[in-house]
Amino acid sequence: MGSYIPSTPASRQQMLNAIGMQHAEELFADIPNEMLAGELAIPPGKSELEVRRILQGMEAQNTVFPTIFRGAGAYRHYIPSIVKQVASKETFVTAYTPYQAEVSQGTLQMIFEYQTEICELTGMDVANASVYDGASAAAEATIMCRERARQTVLVAATAHSDTIDTIQTYSDSAGAPVVPIAAENGVINMQALKEALGPEVACLYLQSPNYFGQLEDAKAAAELCHAAGVKLIYGCNPIALGLLQTPAEAGADIAVGEGQPLGMPLSFGGPYLGFMASTKAMMRRLPGRIAGETTDADGKRCYVLTLQAREQHIRREKALSSVCTNQALCALTATVYLAALGPAGLQQVASQCYSKAHYMAAELEKAGFARRYKGEFFHEFVTECPVEPQKLLTALEAKGILGGLAVEGGILWCCTELNTKEEIDTVVQICKREAQA
Amino acid sequence: MKLIFERSRPGHGCDMLPANDVPTLQPAAEYTRQTAPNLPEITEGEISRHYSELERNSRGVNNGFYPLGSCTMKYNPKINDEMAALPGFAELHPLQPPHTVQGALQVMQMAEELLDEITGMDCMTFQPAAGAHGEYTGIAMIKAYHKKRGEGKTRTKMLVPDAAHGTNPASAAMNGYTVVTIPSAPDGGVDVEALRAAAGADTAGLMLTNPNTLGLFEKNICEITQIVHDAGGLNYYDGANLNAIMGIVRPGDMGFDVIHLNLHKTFSTPHGGGGPGSGAVGCKTILAPFLPRPVVAQEGGTLVLSNDIPDSIGKVRSFYGNFLITLRALCYVLTLGQQGIPAAATGAVLNANYLMRKLATPAEIAYNRTCMHEFVLSMKTLKKETGVSALDLAKGLLDYGIHPPTMYFPLIVEEALMFEPTETESIETLAEAAEAFRALVALAHQNPEALHSAPHSTPVRRPDEVGAARNPVLKYDFAR
Repeated sequence: MGSYIPSTPASRQQMLNAIGMQHAEELFADIPNEMLAGELAIPPGKSELEVRRILQGMEAQNTVFPTIFRGAGAYRHYIPSIVKQVASKETFVTAYTPYQAEVSQGTLQMIFEYQTEICELTGMDVANASVYDGASAAAEATIMCRERARQTVLVAATAHSDTIDTIQTYSDSAGAPVVPIAAENGVINMQALKEALGPEVACLYLQSPNYFGQLEDAKAAAELCHAAGVKLIYGCNPIALGLLQTPAEAGADIAVGEGQPLGMPLSFGGPYLGFMASTKAMMRRLPGRIAGETTDADGKRCYVLTLQAREQHIRREKALSSVCTNQALCALTATVYLAALGPAGLQQVASQCYSKAHYMAAELEKAGFARRYKGEFFHEFVTECPVEPQKLLTALEAKGILGGLAVEGGILWCCTELNTKEEIDTVVQICKREAQA
Repeated sequence: MKLIFERSRPGHGCDMLPANDVPTLQPAAEYTRQTAPNLPEITEGEISRHYSELERNSRGVNNGFYPLGSCTMKYNPKINDEMAALPGFAELHPLQPPHTVQGALQVMQMAEELLDEITGMDCMTFQPAAGAHGEYTGIAMIKAYHKKRGEGKTRTKMLVPDAAHGTNPASAAMNGYTVVTIPSAPDGGVDVEALRAAAGADTAGLMLTNPNTLGLFEKNICEITQIVHDAGGLNYYDGANLNAIMGIVRPGDMGFDVIHLNLHKTFSTPHGGGGPGSGAVGCKTILAPFLPRPVVAQEGGTLVLSNDIPDSIGKVRSFYGNFLITLRALCYVLTLGQQGIPAAATGAVLNANYLMRKLATPAEIAYNRTCMHEFVLSMKTLKKETGVSALDLAKGLLDYGIHPPTMYFPLIVEEALMFEPTETESIETLAEAAEAFRALVALAHQNPEALHSAPHSTPVRRPDEVGAARNPVLKYDFAR
């Protein structure tokens, strides 16, 4: 049994004596006797080697796909070696939230650099130090927008279903109505948006590239929203921002997204990284930690957690959000990833994602898997599936390929820079064969 | 320290990707960004040095004693991190078919079973990503429960003790509840009569951490939870302080209906400079229908993720939470096991009481009782006598290489310093910390100015926080 307790029976007795006790049980004298747990019905403790064997045994029951063409909210990208090295530095890993600025300049500066990079990617004025993930970032953003007379939250039906569901949960909690904006040809129907806008509406959540990979006309949506006094929350993919229009260029009030593609492994869904950035006007409504630059007693430049008057530990029930612990180590991962790639590297990743997805879409079309929606897309797209999707996916799985995700009306494919032409051609071949069988 | 942007040189960079092996295409100009982002252009060697410098200017549990109250800064075992990095876990896509992720689902199921037993709960979700997220989730489940019973509109109040973490009232308010603050009694526990007076037909529930934020076990816990149950409310357990009592007494046996665990506190997963954590939420059977979806379920011999929970509150984030944190916590529970879990709690409580007694002379213990895993000192007399505040003392500790305790919390104690040593510290470390503290109190009497200007040995001293908030500079200005 491991315990990581350094004290010995002798030192424990010494400590007990020092506090005037004989037995350790006396420490718990305040607990009513009848309530004590007795022996827990869990196995006895194990050595490190035994634990390793148990976990490895479970690991062996999982399949790691060498080739992945599935995204749908979680994306496999190349992770430079330096990223994992830096993100596993012991002090970064074991530090707490940097409450004591004097000994936390490293962590604080990292957050400041992260905030800067998120602002650069999105074009927005200010960013926070991260929240739990992309879906909760979107939900927190809707809270930022709600006002007494404007409670209704519009959500594009083309967004990721987990994000829609999370916004729904958070809105239900506050009694705020959620109205979906219907999709048409894989993007939101602008007429439907126009009709839904009104004096009771707080915001629209629009994701682009959306769940189907399609690019929304966010600029047009922003114009419609702003004319009606409604805020636009723009859900973005950070890799796509190496190439595509920024939320700021589209006129967004808040940009949010899932930061996982910035150097985080797929991890069966987490830990991921929710990023949030806004216009300066909304700065004091941002949830969570924010690092700011200041000077110390000697006039030296340094960093602190700032604007804390927004936060739960000061405002308690008047705070807009309860978020406290966030995803700092994931934010660090993202900053190292972006440093390793640089502006040219990020552009290259985005360009390869785009090019490969478009190559694959064209090849699949020739194989009888036509694209379901017209219009521009980034690195994901939906094709029709002339065969039973499950049959096709099983055939791909036999070759070590995790195919696209079966969605209503077809298959949602994803390409990243990791997918080679050879892999794409293999998938297309298997699709062709299955379609002809 | 230079910012990474100040190390950037045009044309520098790393070479990560091969050339594109398909024709390079470019979206039409209307879709593309107008200017490239200002990201650092920097070689790998410079990246390595930059972050090594940042690491040297940070502070983790690996650097020394970190008795930050309410944060349970115990040692983070390395096997946990290594298992979380195994490709068969780290490289799993969350939407892989169930038969290819049986091991991952086993991790979730096993962690749930073990933690249910430790806490006396019946079911658990790992979807919430942090403690406050767990609170939000648990309170949403309480709300769904009342709504289902037709009392959603009448039960509008959440009772929260004045000693509670700030996240408690904030999480209740996010769920639309009116927060009713329950005062503390002179002994530091909940004022039972005030609670009785506040509880009624409009009570949705009570949020409580036990031991509370003063580090005291609520002696009247049975009566407290019974009062809320009798009023038709439910009891929420904030698990931030579970390290004191795990394996000793179970929240489920104290009358709690729903709890969250901070896996990044009690169950040894590292804090990462402020996350990722995990706010696993456990509940009794009566609340199981309202758990976030999906849940792990057995289906004909295999494990699946089931969305078949019609009354679920829905989702509180994407996928299944911070899975790799759940996995680390599982490693920890397997390692400690039946005897190790209560031994850790006992060690934590013993260390806290030992340190508290050592500090009793130079300082005042806010509530002079046997404490649990943490205790609160009040420096108000010292401040009156010398002008040296709790903040000054905390900063003085930095010069001894000790991370300060939590300052000015809970709010009900004047000049509060909250110490939580955890079980993974030795008697020698505690004695050294007590000596340092003693020396600082002596210094306060001799030379208070030395403490007003402390720390003296850190890379920066007393940053101007007021200025930072008044003129917020929240990102690097590339134009300067």
